[in-house]
Formats: sequence, C-alpha cells, structure tokens
Amino acid sequence: MIASIGSRLGQAVLVMLAVTAIAFVMFRYVGDPVAMMSREDASPAEKAELRASLGLDRPAIVQYGDFLGRTLKGDLGISFRNQRPVVDLLAERLPATLELVIVATLLSLSVGIPIGVYCALKPDGALTRAIQTISLVGISMPTFVTGIGLILIFAVTLRWLPSFGRGDVVQIGGWSTGFLTRSGWASLILPSITLALYQLTLIMRLVRAEMIDVLSSDYIRFAKARGLPSRYINFRLALRNALMPVVTVTGLQIGSLIAFAIVTETVFQWPGMGLLFIQAVSFADVPVMAAYLLFVGFLFVVINMIVDLTYTLIDPRLRTRRA
Amino acid sequence: MKPAALSITDLTVDYPLADGSVVTAVSGVNLTVAPGEIHALVGESGAGKTTIGNALMGLLQAPGRVAKGRIEIGGKPVDIRTGRTDGIVQGKDVGAIFQDPMTSLNPLFTVESQLGETMRHHLGLSRAEARRRSLELLRAVGIPEPERRLKSYPHQLSGGQRQRVVIAAALCCGPKLIIADEPTTALDVSVQAQILKLIRGLADERGVGILLVTHNMGVVAEVADRVTIMLKGQVVESGPVAEVLGAPQHAYAKALIGAVPRVDVKLPRLPVPAQESPGTAAAREQVRARMGGGEEAKAGVLSVDNLVVEYGARGGFFGGSRVFRAVKGVSFTVEPGEIFGLVGESGCGKTTVANTIAGLAKPTSGSVTLGGLPIGAKRGGVARKALQMVFQDPYSALNPRLRVTTAIAEPIAFYHLAATKAEAVEDAALLLESVGLDREAGARFPHAFSGGQRQRIAIARALAPRPRFLVCDEPTSSLDVSVQAQILNLLKDLRDLAGLSILFISHDLAVVRQMCDRIAVMKSGEIVEQAPTEELFAAPSHPYTRELLSLVPSLDKIAREPVAV
Repeated sequence: MIASIGSRLGQAVLVMLAVTAIAFVMFRYVGDPVAMMSREDASPAEKAELRASLGLDRPAIVQYGDFLGRTLKGDLGISFRNQRPVVDLLAERLPATLELVIVATLLSLSVGIPIGVYCALKPDGALTRAIQTISLVGISMPTFVTGIGLILIFAVTLRWLPSFGRGDVVQIGGWSTGFLTRSGWASLILPSITLALYQLTLIMRLVRAEMIDVLSSDYIRFAKARGLPSRYINFRLALRNALMPVVTVTGLQIGSLIAFAIVTETVFQWPGMGLLFIQAVSFADVPVMAAYLLFVGFLFVVINMIVDLTYTLIDPRLRTRRA
Repeated sequence: MKPAALSITDLTVDYPLADGSVVTAVSGVNLTVAPGEIHALVGESGAGKTTIGNALMGLLQAPGRVAKGRIEIGGKPVDIRTGRTDGIVQGKDVGAIFQDPMTSLNPLFTVESQLGETMRHHLGLSRAEARRRSLELLRAVGIPEPERRLKSYPHQLSGGQRQRVVIAAALCCGPKLIIADEPTTALDVSVQAQILKLIRGLADERGVGILLVTHNMGVVAEVADRVTIMLKGQVVESGPVAEVLGAPQHAYAKALIGAVPRVDVKLPRLPVPAQESPGTAAAREQVRARMGGGEEAKAGVLSVDNLVVEYGARGGFFGGSRVFRAVKGVSFTVEPGEIFGLVGESGCGKTTVANTIAGLAKPTSGSVTLGGLPIGAKRGGVARKALQMVFQDPYSALNPRLRVTTAIAEPIAFYHLAATKAEAVEDAALLLESVGLDREAGARFPHAFSGGQRQRIAIARALAPRPRFLVCDEPTSSLDVSVQAQILNLLKDLRDLAGLSILFISHDLAVVRQMCDRIAVMKSGEIVEQAPTEELFAAPSHPYTRELLSLVPSLDKIAREPVAV
C-alpha cells in the first residue's frame, strides 16, 4: 500500500516536472520579456543590461532551475496586464470556480445516479425511453446554448434569477464565498445547472450501462437465487459495483470543469478562473497563462491520485494481499 | 414417508419470440428428487437442462416462461406463474450452486457479509448470530482457517475455496433442495474430487435433495444416484445411474455415453453419433495432397530444451521486483508425426509452454527448435508458417468481424500459397469441407456457428498455411462430448493422413489417453513424469501421476458393455 502510494507520488512528481518545463518554455520563449519590458527606443546596450539584470543571459537549464525554485516558493511572476502577482490573481478567482464546480458536480451526481439506476432497472419503460431521448439532446447541446436559453427563460422572461455575476459574497479569511447569502445562492443556480447538464447526462448513461452489465452478472443472479430482496440486491450489491467507473469519470470531470468552465463563466460573467484565463489570452498575458497551465496540470495530478486512492478504498482487489 | 425434495410434472418452458412464434426450450419433463438423493440432469448444450434449473430458481431470462406443468418443492406446490408458493422461499428452502465460483461471489463484499446477509434476511438473525452460523457453515464445508476466511474477500480465495463458500451460502438456511448447475466444471480434477465428495456428504448427512446439472458423465457416475438424459428439451432416458450408464436403451443415450472418452482402454477412433459425408473425406484427401503428404512433408523434431519462463512484475520506485517462474527447466521432444500430450492441473505451466513454442511468450532461458531451427520469440517465416496453434476457447479465437472465408484465406495469401485471390478462396472452401463444414459456410460470420463448428473453423484456419506442427491448447474442453469426439477424430486423421505433429495440451486424462502417443505430466512448472501413453496408464511411476489418475471421475466405475476394438 505504502509502496504503491510512493510510486504514485513519484509519477506525480515526474508529471509536474514535465508541466513546469512546458510552462517555463512558454514563460521564457513566447515573446521576448526584454522587448516587452524595455522602452521602444532602448539601445541594444540597455537591452543587454536589462537582460543580464533579469538573469536571462544565463544557460536555459539554470534559468529553469531558478523558475522551478520560484514556483515552489509560490512566486509565479507578475501579470503583464495589471502588474499584480499572478498568485494573488489565481487565489482571488479560485473560490468562485470551485464553488460553482462543487455545486455542479453534486447536482449531477445526485440526479444522474438515481436516474441511471432507474433506467437500468426498467430498460423498456416509457419513462426510460423518454429520459434516454432527452439525455441525447442534453449531451449534444453546446453549453453556451443551454446557458443562454436558461438566461432567456429564468432571468429575462420570468425575472426569477440573476443572469450574471456571483451576487453578494462574504469574505472568510482569504476565501470569498457565495454560499452564505441569498443572492449568492440565487446567482449560483443557473450557471451550475448549465455546467452540470453535460456531466449529468454522462453519469446517467454510464450508471445505466454499468448497472445493466452488473445486473446480468453471475453474482447478482446468485444473490437472486438466494432469495434476497430486490431493493437490497439493486442498491447495495449491484450499485456499488456499478459505481466503480463513475468514480474515475467524476474525478476527471471535476478536473476539466475547474479547468475549462470557461464557456459557462463567460456566458454568466462569472468571476472565476476561466474568465481570468480568457482575459489573459486576449492580452497575451504570458505569466498568467503559464501559471494557469501549471495550475491545471497540478489539479489533474492531484485529482488522479485521489481517484486512485478512492479506488483502493472501494475495491478490495486493489488492496495489497495481506491474507 | 417424507415428501419428495422436488417433483416436476409435465414441465414446459417457452420462449416467445418477437415475431409471435414460440421456442420450446423444455417440453413435458417429469422428474423427482427424493430427500438425500442426487439426481443428475445431463445432456449437451441446448438440451434444456440449465433452463430447468433456472425455472426452479426463478431465474428464467425474459421472455422465458413456464407454459405449463407442476412443480412441487418439499411437497408444496409452486405457483408456476410467479414462482412463489406458501412456505417455500427462494434461497431458504431452495439453495443454488453455480458453475463458476470465480464469478458467483460479489467481489466487493466479504465472505461473512455474503453468507450472513442471506440468513439475516430469511431467518431474521442478528449480526452476531449470523456471524456464528457463518463460521459453523465454513467449518461444515471444510474451509481451512474459517475465522480468518470470514473477513476475506473472494479474490483472496482459491477457486475450490470459493466454491465451498458458494455451497455454504446455498446451505445456510437448511434448504430441502439444492440446484447445482455444473458445480465442478470450472475446477481442477483434485478440487473437483473434493467438491463432489462434499456434495455427496450433504445429501447423505443432511438429507438434502440435489439436482445436479452437468454434461460430465464421469461426474454423474461418481456421485449421482439417478440420472436423466435430455435431448432437445425432452427426457430420453431416466433411471438409476448404474442402469442408464451401464446399459442405455435409447439410441441417443447410447451414442452420448459411447462418445465419452474412456480412461481404461484406448480406442483407434472415438465412436461418433453421426457419420461424416463422403465429400469431407475427399476434401481431406485433397488437403493432405496440398500439404505435400508423405515423409518429406513431416516436420523435423520439435525439441524443447531446458525451457525456463519467468513472468516478472518489476516494481516501480519502491516495490521490489517479484518474479514468478511459470516454467522451470522443461525438456521434451516431439517426433515427426507424433501426438505428444502435456497434462497437468491449472497453473502448472502447460499453457505457458504452449505459448512459448507458439512464440506468444518469451523464454527466459533454454531453447525451442523445430527441425534444428531455433524458434524463439523471433522466428523466420519458415518456422512461423510451419507451426500453428489452436486455442481453447473457440468463441474468442475468431475475429467476429471477419467472414470465415476471409479469416481462413488470410494466411494463405500472406504466405503466397495461392497465385490468385480466387485460388485462396477456393483453398479456404476446401479446408472448410475437410473439417466437416459446408463450403458455403465461409460466407458467414463466426457468430452464426456453434462452439463445435467454430473450433472446426479455428482448425481449418490453423491448417491454412500448410503447417507441419500444430499446438492444441485444450482444443475440446469447452465442447460437448459428441462434438469433442468429432474434433478429436479430425485431429487424429490429420496426423495419420498429413503427417502433422501435434502438441496436445489437456487436463482431461481420458482425452489424452485416446489421443496421444507419449505423455508428459507437469506439476508446478516441472515435468514429473514422461512416458509412452500405454506405459503411463498401466504403471504410473510418479506419485502425482498416480494421484491424478485416481481422481479422474470416470464411467469406468460402472460396468459397461465391452466395446469392440
């Protein structure tokens, strides 16, 4: 067990090294920092001086080591656009995205799993067919269409919910949360539904397929032959087996939701990471982009590790054989 | 007198199809199982024996339904429409044992949880009480260290132990009837012998009636009291085991029992229920002619010298490397035109040897040569063409998306054995005919064929590159006895007519006796004994060989009519 966690960590470190190398190359070689920082009429001598003072004339590997050291200390550079430390920018935007993603994920799990189970238990029911058809629409509808549609109905026509922003937020330490105010919750509803919709249909279809598979397995037939009640068989014995792949998919989905909630955040003007990234791209704000790359890489590595550990917790076959 | 554990009268099971027609899987079956009696239900695949078992357990797959008939369990009638009855509870009064212990236990729950849940549900026991009873049951079915095993997960148990847990689960509420569907088919002979003994003991000591569904006549002869033989959903013969197996009356029963390979005496050919067409013989003669025939076409000697194969699990940064030595210095030779048998229990390394010879596994050390040429993992085209393989499972050995002709013609074209595509297709048709299939069969996809037909196709494909050596890894173990007899005869004919050498791998000693000229017995990666077949069966010298021979359930315990040799 410890050996396997150890080797996982080792792999994670290797992946992170690769990601930092890419971020470094981007940071250092996409555009010339000296040209960006010096005056337009600066002489070659002045530029060389600036280059030396920034340490950019040293060998690339030394610079990379330097970059790595700064990254480890949490120094990701200064944003070109608003001259603030990139770390501060990320920390400011992270709570908004995380809260949105958590609500969206919980929503998709709590709705997707029961519907998936229902469709597996009644494969020929009229309701199942209806759900299957609707889910096909849901899975193929682009996020911005869903978002704009929801805004049109609930914000513009019915005027029930706000169409943009986070509403009132409360600062707790460095974390700004919208969970504590009425307007915060109201603002969360539309974007989280928009974000959850795709994941929900995915989870529902996955649970349905897995459940159908598990229900026809020998151990479920054996459980039926032992006369166990069907509720017990379906929800305790079968569902646990069916949820195995859901763990993986949910993990990866959380990762991509955090990293790529860009469309939803843009539609709802949600002040999260995605919006930050979009703005960085349009201003060629390289330090922010490099930091964003690092952050996304780190996020996926961490989530993958958590998924692997969860797997070992659920599936006894993956634990080391101590018996 | 106690009522019968099970009594079935005029049972008919239908599968209504979408187009309104009805397939009758079981029709008009009568059957009684007395308390303490083991009643075997035998027949080939499609005979309806498993359908009867499923109907009794309430596990008929939709749209299957019991169309008519009467089922009584322990003297109480079962409502055939709902499968329910007053006082008879599925799982409490009827226990079930399934075929494959590897898949019949839920991998995510402990043994204790899976045993206990049944008792807690049916008998209303508390957790602690259920635990105590589970422990008792594990002792009763003879699992070593029962306390520790309660906390184990299924993957931590061997196949035999898992089947014991399954039996314990079937027993846990004191059933009147146990339905055992092929309970030992997936197990090794030595484990099979133990499980059969356990089942016999349950019937004798607890007075449980057992309906034993099986295709293995040896198992029937070993443990059953009565036997019912089924064909196409109907009973053809039923009675005490000694009578039915010793002197079958019905023609099909005779043919079926005759087709079971015997351990006691070697026959030149296995008796087959149906005779082959003259076209098949002619096609086979043509195939032989193409393969060159005669002495010069024979393969050189296959020589395996001190072969060692290790499977390594090299660890990551922290885990050490764990090496599993599957084959530990195996040496043997196969003469041209010889059928050489390699036998042993699962995990003994026989399949690894086959895979290494076929180039599918890499030898760690040692050498394999054919006619003096080395055939390691890297081999020249000559060796690759000369040596072909037939796999165990005909269901997964054929590409489901290739038409049969395409699959067979592919190696012909690959080795440039035919000048044109039309010739390759003609060759493929000839090969199909030579293995006893229609020429037209080639236009279809593998799913259109039964297991036996698929294995014939697999053999035709192996013959396509005109090999001189065939490696057959358990070629008939997933087939019915009558089909097995046909395939074995086919392989023998190929050897006799085309001079093929065959390495024949099997766990079935009776089959090996019928097929092989010489036999090597493997145990944990080593060959413990190697001798000509007749010598080995007449006077086994190694204790392990003797043990294996004594454990084979066989028909020989029942006096049979002598077969004209």
